[in-house]
Amino acid sequence: MFDRDLWREIFQSINKNRTRGILSGFTVAFAILLFTILFGIANGLKNTFKEAFADDATNAMFIRAGRTTKAHKGMQAGRRIQFKNNDFDFLKDDFGNRVEYITARIYKGLTATYKNEQNSYNIRAVHPDHQYLEKTLMNEGRYINQNDLINKTKVIVIGRLVEEDLFLRGEEPLGKYINLGGIQYKVVGTFSDEGNDNEERIIYMPVTTAQQVYGNNDHLDQINLSYNPTMSTDQAIAFGNEINRALKDRFSVARSDQRAIRVFNMASQTKGVNQMNNVLAIIILIIGLGTLIAGIVGISNIMIFIVKERTKEIGIRKALGASPRSIVSIILLESIIITAIAGYIGLLMGVGVIEWIGPSLKDYFITDPGVSTQLVISATITLIAAGTLAGYVPAKRASRIKPIVALRNE
Amino acid sequence: MLEIRQLHKSYPIGDSSLHVLKGIDLSVKDGEMVAIMGSSGSGKSTLLNIIGMLDEADEGDYVLDGVKIENLTEKKAAVYRNKFLGFIFQSFNLISYKNALENVALPLYYQGLKRKARQEKAMFHLGKVGLTDWAHHLPNELSGGQKQRVAIARALAANPKLLLADEPTGALDTKTSYEIMEFIQQLNDEGKTILIVTHEEDIAQMCKRIVRLRDGVIMEDKVVEQVRASVNV
Repeated sequence: MFDRDLWREIFQSINKNRTRGILSGFTVAFAILLFTILFGIANGLKNTFKEAFADDATNAMFIRAGRTTKAHKGMQAGRRIQFKNNDFDFLKDDFGNRVEYITARIYKGLTATYKNEQNSYNIRAVHPDHQYLEKTLMNEGRYINQNDLINKTKVIVIGRLVEEDLFLRGEEPLGKYINLGGIQYKVVGTFSDEGNDNEERIIYMPVTTAQQVYGNNDHLDQINLSYNPTMSTDQAIAFGNEINRALKDRFSVARSDQRAIRVFNMASQTKGVNQMNNVLAIIILIIGLGTLIAGIVGISNIMIFIVKERTKEIGIRKALGASPRSIVSIILLESIIITAIAGYIGLLMGVGVIEWIGPSLKDYFITDPGVSTQLVISATITLIAAGTLAGYVPAKRASRIKPIVALRNE
Repeated sequence: MLEIRQLHKSYPIGDSSLHVLKGIDLSVKDGEMVAIMGSSGSGKSTLLNIIGMLDEADEGDYVLDGVKIENLTEKKAAVYRNKFLGFIFQSFNLISYKNALENVALPLYYQGLKRKARQEKAMFHLGKVGLTDWAHHLPNELSGGQKQRVAIARALAANPKLLLADEPTGALDTKTSYEIMEFIQQLNDEGKTILIVTHEEDIAQMCKRIVRLRDGVIMEDKVVEQVRASVNV
């Protein structure tokens, strides 16, 4: 079917009717152009969302406590709920099998002094798991570890910007002692973070150390955990609700109380974003397919016209011994070639447009719009299929032309 | 070469049908040159179309070169047409966007010949009809006589057993007609079997045998003294 002579025949025929070919290809080119641009923009939106969540693990859950707003079980509203170590242990023991990482957080604001440099920073006292939950990237040294927790060691891990503030260029921070609110802490690690700059202006210390030094209690400000990533979004949302209820019961808080215990579940966010992305993808697919179908119908129409116009020629060919198959392949391949070439022009133009206007779309929540190689490959397959579809009816019609009728056609 | 027995053909016209061929018996031997004559509607073109496998008979036997032609599928008909038959039409039926050489090479393409072999063979046949210099001209750059000579070269290219000509001179002036007939006579002299449908008496007289049709039956079938076209040119 794919010998060189056949191609010669087809290009001769396309060449003979260049205008017609260009016109019929235009719809397909336009359809693909539109589809590519829309697809690229949708990708850009997706990238924006992805970037917004790059800071933390996407399967994270943040649990905070506040004051009750409803009287419950004989207790008045306005009671303050305080997480303690045993609440952390409770979560770990009761839900551990569904938890990937878990950490508590204690917040402090302290002034740090090293030699002549001084600045105030947010301090987070955490468990070792915090590193993974926050996607903290270690630059040098190590993170808080289990030993630190047990021995309540006075060690800290400092952010990239803290290091820049306090240490002269080239000075090695590891092993140095920083004064935090009057107590000396040894720097054991430095880190960076993909989130914003504030995340790199933070100092981490062991949660047990903070509890002993700043208050001598076992209070916790917040508990963060990430659920098992094999859970579906819906399962994760249910898991979050379960934790919420368990904690409310534990603190004798009304289940309808929205402020005493708050569970912020990334899964709900993810679900919303996913749903939006899906809707977006469906809309784009419908628009793209719709335009493509219009293009296919257009080409099919033109091919029917071509067959009609070439009826006599087809008759002559048959009289000279052309098999029905060779007639079909001429018409079909012509259709496929027009569709594929036009489609590729559209694709290239679409990619060009996206490359060109892409950077200026950053202000409209569209980051790095673009199309993947995968899309290009599937577009090629779609185009060939579309060309076949467009050419099939006309080709079949051509092959059924009776030579005697065709030759009578003056 | 050709054996036809009790051939019937009708065409539906609205509710009724038109009986065009009412039992034709015809036998043509190798090397014959037969004119099929008749007024319009006598069934002569239908007969030629059936012989040319462009159309199928309703009834009757048709044996061509020892092969019984029946139950023709499109595919089979295409093979037979390509192998057995060469067509010459009144309106030449050249493909307008192909030059003379490509037109002549087309049946060879359907025979599956390689491009080089096709071109050589096509060039040879164009030379035979005296159009070597016109090989790369499009049909609309040729005169009527030249077009018909290209068509003859095309019909000969596939080396058919039987040459079928449907009013080959119908669109040509007398002088050109005789030139074409002279050429066809030469082909017959070389041994080609030729069937010509015509309604022109002088053209028929240039054949060796005349079969006259009227209302779908053979009225007369006689051998005639061939008039050489060269005498008239």
